[in-house]
Amino acid sequence: MDPIWGFVIAGSLVVLALKLAGYLVPQKLVEGPAISRVAALVTVALLASLVVSQTFGGEGGIEFDARVPAVAAAGAMLWMRAPFIVVIVGSALIAALLRFFLGMP
Amino acid sequence: MSGDDAELIRAARSQGLQVALAVSLYGVSFGALAVISGFSVAQTMVLSLLMFSGASQFALIGVIASGGASAGFAAVASAGLLGLRNGLYALRMSPIVGPGVVKRFVAAQLTVDESTAVGTAQPTLAASKAGFWTTALLLYAGWNIATLAGALLGDVLGDVRTWGLDAAAAAAFLGLVWPRLRAGEPIAVALGAGFVTALLLPALPAGVPILVVAALTIVLALIRHRQSPALPSEGEVR
Repeated sequence: MDPIWGFVIAGSLVVLALKLAGYLVPQKLVEGPAISRVAALVTVALLASLVVSQTFGGEGGIEFDARVPAVAAAGAMLWMRAPFIVVIVGSALIAALLRFFLGMP
Repeated sequence: MSGDDAELIRAARSQGLQVALAVSLYGVSFGALAVISGFSVAQTMVLSLLMFSGASQFALIGVIASGGASAGFAAVASAGLLGLRNGLYALRMSPIVGPGVVKRFVAAQLTVDESTAVGTAQPTLAASKAGFWTTALLLYAGWNIATLAGALLGDVLGDVRTWGLDAAAAAAFLGLVWPRLRAGEPIAVALGAGFVTALLLPALPAGVPILVVAALTIVLALIRHRQSPALPSEGEVR
C-alpha cells in the first residue's frame, strides 16, 4: 500500500486525539499560563518555520526562485489587510507570471 | 427568552456564517495544492474530513511534498504539534458545549481556530453555543466542499510550479501566522524560528528543521515563563 496513506491516517488521528483530549481531561489538570504560552508560541514558531522552508527549501538546501518575490508580495498584501484568498491567489499569480514572462526558476 | 437574548444569538450566528464562508474558500487552495503535490483526491478528502485543521493539513502535505515518504514522520509530528492548540481550545469550549457523549465527540472534531474564536467571543452562554455550532458546522461543510472542488481542479492543473502554487503554499503559512503577530514576544519568536530554519535547511533532511524549531520553542517558552509568568496575551485564541 502507498506509504502516504499511513501518514495521512496517522496524522489525522493524532490531530483528532488532541481535540478529544481537551474534552476528556479535567480542565484544572492541564490548563495554566505555562501550557497556553507554550502552545501559542509553538504555533507561531512552526508556522514561521514553514513559511521559510516552503519559500526557500529545495534540492540541496536553499534555493532562490520565483517563490521569494511572490511571498514578499504576499507579506505586502497581508500588511494592506487583503483577504486571505486574495493573498493566496495573488502570490500564485505573481510566481506564475515571473516564471512565464521572465523565465525565473 | 428575552428579545435581547434572541438578538445576541442572531448576531453570533451571523458572525459564524461570515467567518465560515470566508475561511471555507481557502479549502480550495488546500485541495488543489494537495493533489498537485502528489496526494490522491481520496487522501486529500480524508485529511479534510478526518484531520480538519487547516494549518496541520498544510503542514502534512507541505513536508511530504518537499521530503517524500522519508519525511513522513516529520510530517505527522509537525501536523500534531500544530494541532496542540486545538486541545487547548477544547478545554475552553468544554464547559460551553456541555454534557452528552455524542455531542462532545462532534464538538471535539469541530474545535478549531475559527469555531473557538467565534464561540468564546460571545457575551452570553446561549450566544456562545450558537456562535460555536454555527461556525463549526458551516465551516466543516464548506471546508470539505471547497477541498473537493480544489482537488478536482488540481487534477487538471498539473504542475505545481507552472501555476505558482508552490509560492501559494508558502503564502498560506504566512497568512496563517500573520494574525498571531500582534505582540513583541510572538514576533520575536517568529523571526527567530524563521532564521533558525534557514540555517538548518541545508544541513538536515526535509521536515526535520521544523521539528528542531518546535523543540527549541518549547524550551524557550518554559524558560520565559519561569522568568516572567506574564498573562497569556490576547493572541492566545486567534
